[in-house]
Amino acid sequence: MRKFLISTAIATTFALPSLAATVAEGDELAETQEYNFWLLDAIKTTDPQKNTDVEGSQVLRQLFEGLMNEDEKGAMVPGVATDYTVSEDGLTYTFNLRPEAKWSNGEPVTAGDFVYGWQRAVDPANASQYAWFMELMNIVNASEIVAGDMAPDQLGVTAVDDNTLEVKLTKPTPYFVKMTSHTTTFPVLKSVVDEFGDDWTQPGNLVGNGAFVLTDHNLGVTITMEKNPEYWDADNVILTKMTGITVNDQNVALTRYQAGELDRMDIPAGQYPRLKEEFPDEAVSMPYSCSYAYLVNMSDKGREELQDPNIRRALALGLNRDIIVEQVLQGGQRPSYNWTHWATEGFEMPEIEMAGMTQEDRTAEAKRLLEEAGYTPDNPLNLTLNYNTSEDHKKIAVVAQQMWKPLGVNLTLNNMEWKVHTDRMQNQDFELARYAWCADYNEASTYLDYFRSTGSNYGEFNNAEYDALLDEAVTSDNPNEQYTAAEQILAAELPLIPIYHYANVDMIKPYVKGLALENVMDNWYGKDMYITAH
Amino acid sequence: MFGFILRRLAVAIPTLLLLIIFSFLLMHAAPGGPFTQERGLPPQVLANLEAKYGLDDPLWKQIVDYVWGILRHFDFGPSFVYPDRTVNEIIAAGFPVTLTYGLLSFILAVVVGVCLGAAAAIRQNTWLDYLAVGISIGAQVLPNFVMAPILVLIFTLSLGWLPGGGWSFDNPDYWIMPVIALGTSYMASIARITRSSMLEVLSSNHIRTARAKGLPESRVIRKHALKPALLPVISYLGPAFVSMITGSVVIDMYFSTGGIGKSFVDSALNRDYAVMMGVTILVGALTILFSLIVDILYAWIDPKIRY
Repeated sequence: MRKFLISTAIATTFALPSLAATVAEGDELAETQEYNFWLLDAIKTTDPQKNTDVEGSQVLRQLFEGLMNEDEKGAMVPGVATDYTVSEDGLTYTFNLRPEAKWSNGEPVTAGDFVYGWQRAVDPANASQYAWFMELMNIVNASEIVAGDMAPDQLGVTAVDDNTLEVKLTKPTPYFVKMTSHTTTFPVLKSVVDEFGDDWTQPGNLVGNGAFVLTDHNLGVTITMEKNPEYWDADNVILTKMTGITVNDQNVALTRYQAGELDRMDIPAGQYPRLKEEFPDEAVSMPYSCSYAYLVNMSDKGREELQDPNIRRALALGLNRDIIVEQVLQGGQRPSYNWTHWATEGFEMPEIEMAGMTQEDRTAEAKRLLEEAGYTPDNPLNLTLNYNTSEDHKKIAVVAQQMWKPLGVNLTLNNMEWKVHTDRMQNQDFELARYAWCADYNEASTYLDYFRSTGSNYGEFNNAEYDALLDEAVTSDNPNEQYTAAEQILAAELPLIPIYHYANVDMIKPYVKGLALENVMDNWYGKDMYITAH
Repeated sequence: MFGFILRRLAVAIPTLLLLIIFSFLLMHAAPGGPFTQERGLPPQVLANLEAKYGLDDPLWKQIVDYVWGILRHFDFGPSFVYPDRTVNEIIAAGFPVTLTYGLLSFILAVVVGVCLGAAAAIRQNTWLDYLAVGISIGAQVLPNFVMAPILVLIFTLSLGWLPGGGWSFDNPDYWIMPVIALGTSYMASIARITRSSMLEVLSSNHIRTARAKGLPESRVIRKHALKPALLPVISYLGPAFVSMITGSVVIDMYFSTGGIGKSFVDSALNRDYAVMMGVTILVGALTILFSLIVDILYAWIDPKIRY
């Protein structure tokens, strides 16, 4: 009964209308409604089921619309689906789709288009790199289809009728709805893919159901989208054009921002304080759902010394994270003593003992633990840290090296290109390795699942109690209890040394309005934006 | 000469083939693959990807299929990183950009460099010589990664005359800074080589004889000095031309031109084997072609050279 009430309550919430851009009182609209945003690199694809990039997702959110969108704070709001219901056992989701939703060629968006898109994602013939995302959603038969043991049409997603989509799950998945704003779950129009093959994503061919249509894509230079008159809420879309401009260097991007060619760009590391002082209305720092840490190799291939929890604890205690975020990064990042990003929706930060200590006490304790294990500056513990090429990673690594040295740890820095670094991590060929994890969806399990014994978990941390807690969280009325307990296990076992939680530090022109500045996933929608007179 | 050209072309084919095999093996020997990423892919997903791109075949079969694809359809295969683009499409989009700014840079470098070097040699130890040497030293010590930001600071930020980056074939405003940034250091080298070579030629016996015969100085320079003085310049121009028209990573990255130079580096870092092979073959073929052209030019300029 209780679950039924919850389902009903959710359905009612989502029955609220979803409006596009709302002009704030007193704002005068500019004559030209065009927005130019920065892309660090070329958009690799505009195929929702083949995209793997954050930047590609930013573009796809304008060209397509999924079942759910996110509001400026990251809460789920209706997209193509107006509402949904969940069965009492939590295994069947039924989405009601808005009948007025149309593709950019004028055809109606139907439940069958979602079915087709989702089947494409798991179809081995399509070789989607994000096929695992559908498995993570726990959709019936997803894993079997990916493995080639079943046909894609056996996926647990059905078009009950044109406006009703039913999804069957293998187990209750509380974060399932949050995953429906991910680009992998966007619908695709089969007739267009059939007609153009792999070229269906090119300008002129691509038919989307988003608020904008693709009009030009000069690979590695610009990608241009214009307002889609067929979008179901086109009357409330104010921007007429959006251009993603590729600039491969952050410092150059800053120059082009200052020249007025870009309306938004990421501030290069270390420049935020200066820019905030010079341009207080333009330099902003917002939490961004990624966590930075040094992974410890806990596998058999790892160093024996690092199997000792006291050594790992000493390493974690010995890092002065305040210096790293305040002196090195200087962009509003927060020191971290846990894994899940502090701003994750619904996540209550656990009380980690180490976080409550002063750095003086932490350092003293680190020294004591290392001495107890027989390591001093005269008889140091020699360790190697692998990190991929980046000035920021290097700076942090050098700081860590300096902080650990007086405690009796000699750190050798091992810089390598990204693919080599990743390859070594995946083969447990490291002692300590720089790592960062960014959320797939705005819920703590996206972080915590990493350290499951079956998770990506390159350090091969293995803890049955931890796994059981996360299994339990799936059906828990308040999963935060399990999440807190899981974080405490990580804090005690330290298969990672948390360093900081990310922030997005951006320059944004003051005339750009409607950007989602409090969405920790940095999911923004051009349909909600407008440009004021300037 | 005709026989020489045929012989060179005959050697070019096995050279290219060796380049393909060597590059292919080298790429596959590097740690990590095209689908190695932060979040390790589940084995089944990885297997599906490898099956789709033929990466699950033995290496020898991959090489044979690749070469056969090129010979049969001039098909360099699909990109592994840009899933809805083929290598042919990526090269077709990037190479014309690189060719445009590379060719213009080359013209700028040759015209200005030769004129500057020749003028400096003819007016040795005058203000013109000092100025020319000063300019070429200045251009030489300002590599393109220094020159590019200086140009942007002046022409984009301060004067607001030119866009800070991007590319358009329709608007030459986008070409100016990449051309200058790429061309200046080559121009400096050409000026230096021309000057020293010209000085050497001008002090040679045949020039003294020409002057003694009472030929006007302009004719002495044009007919008797400039041509032999250009020989070392020409041998420099061959590889310089190839490296200019096959792109500069710095220029592509700084000005976001979308040129092929960045594709070359990106494909290596991303282990996008097909794109890397495509660009390697393009650069290899152009290098062989322009080495041949340089040799032909040599023979044309100096008839004493026989092959």
